[in-house]
Amino acid sequence: MANEHLILSQVGIAFPTPNGPFTALENVNLKIEKGEFVSLIGHSGCGKSTVLNIVAGLYQATTGGVILDGKEVDEPGPDRAVVFQNHSLLPWLTARENVELAVKQVFKKSKSKAEMAEWVEHNLSLVHMEHAMHKRPDEISGGMKQRVGIARALAMEPKVLLMDEPFGALDALTRAHMQDSLIEIQARLNNTVIMITHDVDEAVLLSDRIVMMTNGPAATIGEILKVELPRPRNRVELANDPQYNHYRAEVLKFLYERQRHTEQKEPVESKKQDETNVTPIGKETVRAA
Amino acid sequence: MTTDTLKMLGSAPMRYFNKRFEGFREDFSNINLQELAKSIVIPCVAFSIFLLIWAAAASQVNTSLGKLPGPARVWEQAMVLVDEHNEERGKEQRFYERQEKRNALKLAEDPNAEVKIRTYTGKPTFFDQIWTSLVTVATGFFIASLFAIPIGIVCGLSPVLYQAFNPLIQIFKPVSPLAWLPIVTMIVSAVYVANDPMFEKSYLNSAITVTLCCIWPTIINTTVGVSNISKDLLNVSQVLRLGWWTRVTKIVLPSSIPMMFAGLRVSLGIGWMVLIAAEMLAQNPGLGKFVWDEFQNGSSNSLARIMVAVFAIGLVGFMLDRLMLQLQKKVSWDKNAVLR
Ligand SMILES: Nc1ncnc2c1ncn2[C@@H]1O[C@H](COP(=O)(O)OP(=O)(O)OP(=O)(O)O)[C@@H](O)[C@H]1O
Ligand SMILES: [Mg+2]
Repeated sequence: MANEHLILSQVGIAFPTPNGPFTALENVNLKIEKGEFVSLIGHSGCGKSTVLNIVAGLYQATTGGVILDGKEVDEPGPDRAVVFQNHSLLPWLTARENVELAVKQVFKKSKSKAEMAEWVEHNLSLVHMEHAMHKRPDEISGGMKQRVGIARALAMEPKVLLMDEPFGALDALTRAHMQDSLIEIQARLNNTVIMITHDVDEAVLLSDRIVMMTNGPAATIGEILKVELPRPRNRVELANDPQYNHYRAEVLKFLYERQRHTEQKEPVESKKQDETNVTPIGKETVRAA
Repeated sequence: MTTDTLKMLGSAPMRYFNKRFEGFREDFSNINLQELAKSIVIPCVAFSIFLLIWAAAASQVNTSLGKLPGPARVWEQAMVLVDEHNEERGKEQRFYERQEKRNALKLAEDPNAEVKIRTYTGKPTFFDQIWTSLVTVATGFFIASLFAIPIGIVCGLSPVLYQAFNPLIQIFKPVSPLAWLPIVTMIVSAVYVANDPMFEKSYLNSAITVTLCCIWPTIINTTVGVSNISKDLLNVSQVLRLGWWTRVTKIVLPSSIPMMFAGLRVSLGIGWMVLIAAEMLAQNPGLGKFVWDEFQNGSSNSLARIMVAVFAIGLVGFMLDRLMLQLQKKVSWDKNAVLR
């Protein structure tokens, strides 16, 4: 088990609410190897972001814990860089300055000024943003902002790259383009990545494993699908690949049959389903912690 | 009389604009001309209507000092005040010329003679009073901002400090300047007892009263601005493990600047209003004293002169606000934001 890089062990979290604690996650167990690309997929509100935030250290698990390279995670840090859903660039800094802020913070002791400047530019060029690096976030498009966000995260040389629906807000074409960039970067740098997505194709195309989460409250990991498609992967070629379509179907089946939302469910079916999985998200049942 | 005034007020700017835009007329599309007309004509028309109503209404009101002055008499008094100012300046200049001559003569007779240099102590003119008020409000506002911005930042960052400061802020915020003034006056005269004072006591009294009244909006707005920083940006700062200073300068300050400036503008507005009241009540030099003196004086021109002061106070207040707006535009990172 020398390869165990990131371990989530019995992770659970209960948020305090006016009506008592609300258990969002329970018994989440996951082991991730170095260089592995893992997607988290599940219905809205099931707790994907919460898992990511716990790994990032932004939330504290109430039970269990996260271990990265043998050390327990208890606070946020640049070794677990986050690409936020809405880019979260500082609007008053240019693309370059945004990346620079991160680089200065992480490498202020180990790199010289010139090295840092070069590193900033190198990372911006990884995401093909060198031409617009002196522009502010409100002067560039959504996809460009997201790329700067990725450049900022990559520039920290994190052990784990955490991405919360990085391409969720983009149009389909831009998204495809960004996915290709990510595949290319991943092939080069071989980062460990945890990515949240709503998009089944994206999950299959990018991941080594797809972690499917059950509906909340007290969500946990429902199924893990290993995607054994050879790399480099090409979206056009894969479109007709039976293996690819099989993986796609597996995820769809999980999401729309086993974890179907109550709104979409016919009454007859409900008896067959596991109780915890059909609890409507809107009426969160309160559990004593 | 009224129509004369209107002509006087209206014709000069219009002539200027006509001349100015004649050459451009062909280059501008109709839309531009229309917009230009809108932005100039509408305010002008509204102001003219205001003057008309004023003139009509004023002639109906009889006071113990005669009829309420209309726009024409106010304008006339404004000109008188300008003349008085120039006259006073002339006197001052002649005073210094005479003094210099005298001293030069003395020194020519005996190079070791002690020469006396006296400062001119004439009556402050209307414009001197405006200047005094401006300096005083600037001082009070500056002191207030010096305290308010840091207090606002720490209150916004720390819930504990917020809890500590909040009751004090809420209690002192609604206190009228008239209530502060006696306390400030007593404290200043008790504490500030230098033999050769650098500042007049009255100046300190007014400035400190301004500070006490205008410090609150900036504190409150800065606190709100700082505590409303987007969660995402704070997450970024946590992931990067930014130090306290970097966090404040790179994230907290820039993102709270809009709220901070909204507060500063309110503060300056309040400060200016408070100052006039404080000067009136405490007989401190400034526009407020000018108004009070005219009121006590009770000549037939007093009301018109007070109205000139009213317009001056309004215009200065307006200019101060524009000044803050320009400053806000300068430091604001969001150049697209519509600031008014
Ligand atoms: N700070 C919090 N306080 C209380 N409840 C929270 C908090 N954060 C999340 N939750 C609850 O935890 C559950 C999971 O939220 P989470 O944001 O992780 O969902 P998600 O899977 O990321 O959804 P989406 O796909 O829509 O982003 C939700 O029911 C949410 O209401
Ligand atoms: Mg989420």
